[in-house]
Amino acid sequence: MLRNLCAFAGWKAIRLVLLLAAVSVISFMLIEWSPIDPVQAYIGADMLRVGPEQREAIAAYWGLDRPPAERFFKWAAALLQGDMGTSMIYRQPVSQVIAERFAASALLMAAAWLLSGLVGFAAGVIAAARRGRLIDRAVQWICYTLASTPPFWLGLLLLMTFAVWLGWFPVGLSVPAGVLADQVTLADRIRHMALPALTLSVAGIAPVALHTRQKLIDVLSSDYVLFAKARGEKGAGLLLRHGLRNIAIPAVTLQFASFSELFGGAVLAEQVFSYPGLGQATVEAGLRGDVPLLLGLVLCSAVFVFAGNTMADLIGRMIDPRIREGKVL
Amino acid sequence: MERHYRLTRRFMPGNRMNRRQRSAVTAVLIAVLLAAVSIGAALLGQGGLNTHLDMRNLPPSAMHPFGTDWLGRDMFTRTVKGLALSVRVGLAAACFSAAIAAAVGLASAALGKTADRLLSWLIDLFLSVPHLVSLILIAFVCGGGMKGVIAGVALTHWPSLARIIRAEALQLRAADYAHVSRRLGKSRWWVATRHFMPHIAPQLLVGLLMLFPHAILHEAAISFIGLGLSPHEPSIGIILSEAMRYLSAGLWWLAVFPGLALLVVVRSFDRLGEHVRCLTDPRHARE
Amino acid sequence: MPLLEVNNLSVAFARYAGGFQRRMEQAIVGLDLSVEAGEIVAVIGSSGSGKSLLAHAVLGILPGHAQVTGTIQYDGEPLNERRIAALRGNEIVLVPQSVSFLDPLQRVGAQVRTTARGTDPTATVRSVFKRLRLAEAVGRLFPFQLSGGMARRVLVSTAAVSAARLIVADEPTPGMQAEDVNETLSMLREMADKGSGVLLITHDIEAALRVADKVAVFYAGTTVELAKAADFAGDGSNLRHPYSRALWQALPRNGFKPLPGTQPSQDELPSGCLFAPRCPFATEACSAERPAIREVRGGWTRCFHAS
Repeated sequence: MLRNLCAFAGWKAIRLVLLLAAVSVISFMLIEWSPIDPVQAYIGADMLRVGPEQREAIAAYWGLDRPPAERFFKWAAALLQGDMGTSMIYRQPVSQVIAERFAASALLMAAAWLLSGLVGFAAGVIAAARRGRLIDRAVQWICYTLASTPPFWLGLLLLMTFAVWLGWFPVGLSVPAGVLADQVTLADRIRHMALPALTLSVAGIAPVALHTRQKLIDVLSSDYVLFAKARGEKGAGLLLRHGLRNIAIPAVTLQFASFSELFGGAVLAEQVFSYPGLGQATVEAGLRGDVPLLLGLVLCSAVFVFAGNTMADLIGRMIDPRIREGKVL
Repeated sequence: MERHYRLTRRFMPGNRMNRRQRSAVTAVLIAVLLAAVSIGAALLGQGGLNTHLDMRNLPPSAMHPFGTDWLGRDMFTRTVKGLALSVRVGLAAACFSAAIAAAVGLASAALGKTADRLLSWLIDLFLSVPHLVSLILIAFVCGGGMKGVIAGVALTHWPSLARIIRAEALQLRAADYAHVSRRLGKSRWWVATRHFMPHIAPQLLVGLLMLFPHAILHEAAISFIGLGLSPHEPSIGIILSEAMRYLSAGLWWLAVFPGLALLVVVRSFDRLGEHVRCLTDPRHARE
Repeated sequence: MPLLEVNNLSVAFARYAGGFQRRMEQAIVGLDLSVEAGEIVAVIGSSGSGKSLLAHAVLGILPGHAQVTGTIQYDGEPLNERRIAALRGNEIVLVPQSVSFLDPLQRVGAQVRTTARGTDPTATVRSVFKRLRLAEAVGRLFPFQLSGGMARRVLVSTAAVSAARLIVADEPTPGMQAEDVNETLSMLREMADKGSGVLLITHDIEAALRVADKVAVFYAGTTVELAKAADFAGDGSNLRHPYSRALWQALPRNGFKPLPGTQPSQDELPSGCLFAPRCPFATEACSAERPAIREVRGGWTRCFHAS
C-alpha cells in the first residue's frame, strides 16, 4: 500500500515536471511570435512622450534586448529557483502577485466548488430517482440551459438584480473601498464574495448534475440493482445502499477533474465583479501585455488543474475497493 | 369528441411520430431557426445602427423591442447582427478545431505506436491548462482581433474530439480488413483515408456540431474580456461588455436581451448536436 | 394447485431497426409452465430462447419498457406488481446468472445476509457457506475478488440462506467444478424436498435431468414441451416434440446428432409453428397456424403431429 503510494507520487511528480517544462517552452515560444511590443505595452498611453533612448533603457531594464533563447534559459533558471520575474503592471515579484491573488481566488473557487458539487449531485440524484417524471425533465431542462448560458452574462444578471436593483450586495471588489486592510471584517469579505461565488457555482452545476443523473440511471438499471430488488430491497434503502455508493466515486472524481472549468469560470466571474483574484490578473496581464505575469499565471493554472486531476486519482484509489484492495497501480 | 380527436391527430403529427422521427423534425426546425438568424441579420440593413441622439437610452417598446443604447442605436438590430457575427466566428473556429481533431486523431491511429504516444501526450498537454487561460494567451499572442479569436478557439477546443476520433480509429485499426490492406501493401495514409475516414465521418459531424456551442460561448467570453473582437466588430461579447458600463445607470435591457438571444442560439446548437447524435448512435436503437 | 403457474406469457421489446422504423421484438411468445410445491422443474433450451427473461418476469424485475401480456399465478392468486414486491426476497428468491448481479462496492457477506431469515441470519449464512465450501473470510471480500466458481456458490447461497417457497435459479451451475455442481444441485433438491418449488433454468440438460422432476423445453421464447424427467430416456421416443427429441439426441451419450439450422430471430418469427422451418416432419398445416399447447401422454406439447 505504502509502496504503491510512493510509486504513485513519484510517477505524478515526473509527469508534473514534464508538463511544466512543456507548457513553459510552448508559452514562451508563442509569446516570442507575438507582434505585440512589450515595451509599448508597458508604456501604454505615454508612448509619444518617450524617446528612443528611454525605450532602449526600458528594454534593457527588462532584459528585452537579449536573444529569445538566452532570455528563455535565464527565465527558466530563475524559475527553478522560485523567481518568476517581476510583473510589469503591478511592479511586484510575479510570485508575490500570484500568492496574494490566489488567496482571494481560492476562497471564491472553494465556495463555488462545494456549492455546485452539492447542489449538482443532489439534483442529479433526484432526477434519476424520478426518471421521466416532471422533476426529471425540469432538472434536465435547467441543466441544459445553464450549460448554454454565458457565465459572464449570468454574472451581469446577478449583479443587476442583487447589487444594482435590490442593493443587497456590493457591486464589486473583494473588500469595501477606502477601508484599511486590518479593519475588513469576515462579514465584509463574505458579502463581497457572495455574488461572484454564486455566479461561479451556478455555472458549475450542470455538468455534475447531468453526469450524476446518467450514472445513477446506469446503476439503477444494472444487474446488481436488479438482483437487490429481487432480494426484496426497495425505495430509499436500495438507493442509499447500492445507488449512492456506486455513483459517489465518479461524481467526486468529476468534480475534482473540473478544476479547469472552475478556473476559466473564475476568470469571467472576477472580471464581471472586479474581484481581485487570479482570473482578473490573467485578464489584466493579457490586456496590458504583462508577459512575466501571464507566463506565471499559465504555469500556475496548469499546476492547479494538475492538482485537481491528481486528487481525483488519489481519491478514486482510496475509496474504490477494486483499486484499494486489488493491488493494481 | 370523436371529431375533435381526429382533428388533433391529423394536425398534430407529433402524436403519431416515433421518437426518432420527432428527433429528426426537431433538428430540422432548429437548423431553420439558426439559418433565419443569419439571413435576418443580412436583411435587417444598417438603418438601426445609425446614431439617433434624440432616441437615446429608450427602454423596450413596440418600435424598439430590445430598447436603444446610449447612442440611440436600435438594440434589436445590434443583437441580431451581433448574433450572426458570433455564430460566424464560432462556426469558423469549430470547423478549424474539428479539422485539427480529425488530423490528430487519425494520425494517432494510423502512424503507429510512437506517434500515438506523442500525440496523446500533446492532447493531454492542451487539456492541462484551463481553456480560457490558453485562449487568453493565444489571443494575446495574435494581438487580439478576429484572427486571434478564431485561432484561439480552434486551438483550444480540439483535444476532446481528437480523443474520441483516436479511440474510434484505433478500434477500426484492430479490424481485420485494415490488417489485410496493410498486408496488401497499402500505405498507412491510404488505410487511414479509405478505411477509417468513412466510419469516422458521422462521429466527426456530431463532434463538430457539439463544438459549435462551446466555440460560440468562448468567442463571446474572450470578446467580453476585451481580448477578442474589436469594438468595430460588435459581436454579443462586445455588446455585453459595453452594456456592463451602463448597468449602474439602470439600462438593464442593454445586457438582458443580447445575452438571452445568445443563450437561445447556443442552446439551439446544443440541442441540434444532441438530436443528430441520437440519430446516428446505434446504441439509441432501443427505447 | 400449482405453486407457480404461468399462462400464455408474452414479453416484447420495441426497438428501432435502422432509420425510422420501429419494430416489436418478441422475446417470449405464449409461454406456459407450472411448478408444484416440492418439485424441481427444469427449463432447458439454447441461449436466446427467453429463459432469463422468464426468471425476471416471475420476479417482476423486467426492464420498464418491456411489454408483458399473459398471467403469472403464485399460490393460486395472480402475481401482480404489488404482490411480487412484497414476496420477493421472502417467499420468492432468485439465483442470478453471473457475478455482475453482485454490487461491486459491497462486501458479499452483507449482500447474502439480505435474504437470510430466521433468528440468527449470520449463523445461517455461516452454515450455508460451510456447506458450499466457502471460507468464512469470503464474506468479507468484494465481488471482484471472487473466482468464477466462488462467485457462483455465493449466488446460490443467497437462495440457500432464505426460507423461500419458490426458488428461481437462472443458470446456477456453468463454470463450476463437478463437485460444486453436485453440491449446488443437491442443495436445490433438498430445498425442494422440504416443500419448496424450484424453477431451474439451464442449458445443461444432463445436470438438469439428475435432479429435476419435470422438464420444460424452450424454443424461440415458448414452451414446446412439458415432460416428466423420466421421459428423457433411451432413444427419446417418449418425448412428444421433435425439438425435445433433437436436443436429447444431440447429447454426446446419445449419438451427438446436431440439429441443422438456427433459431428464428426474435423480430422475424414465423407465423405458424415456431419450429416448423427446422422440423423434419413439418407439413403445410404447421406453417399455416401456430399449434396450441395440448395434453399428450401425460405431458404437454405444442405439435400437431404428437400422439
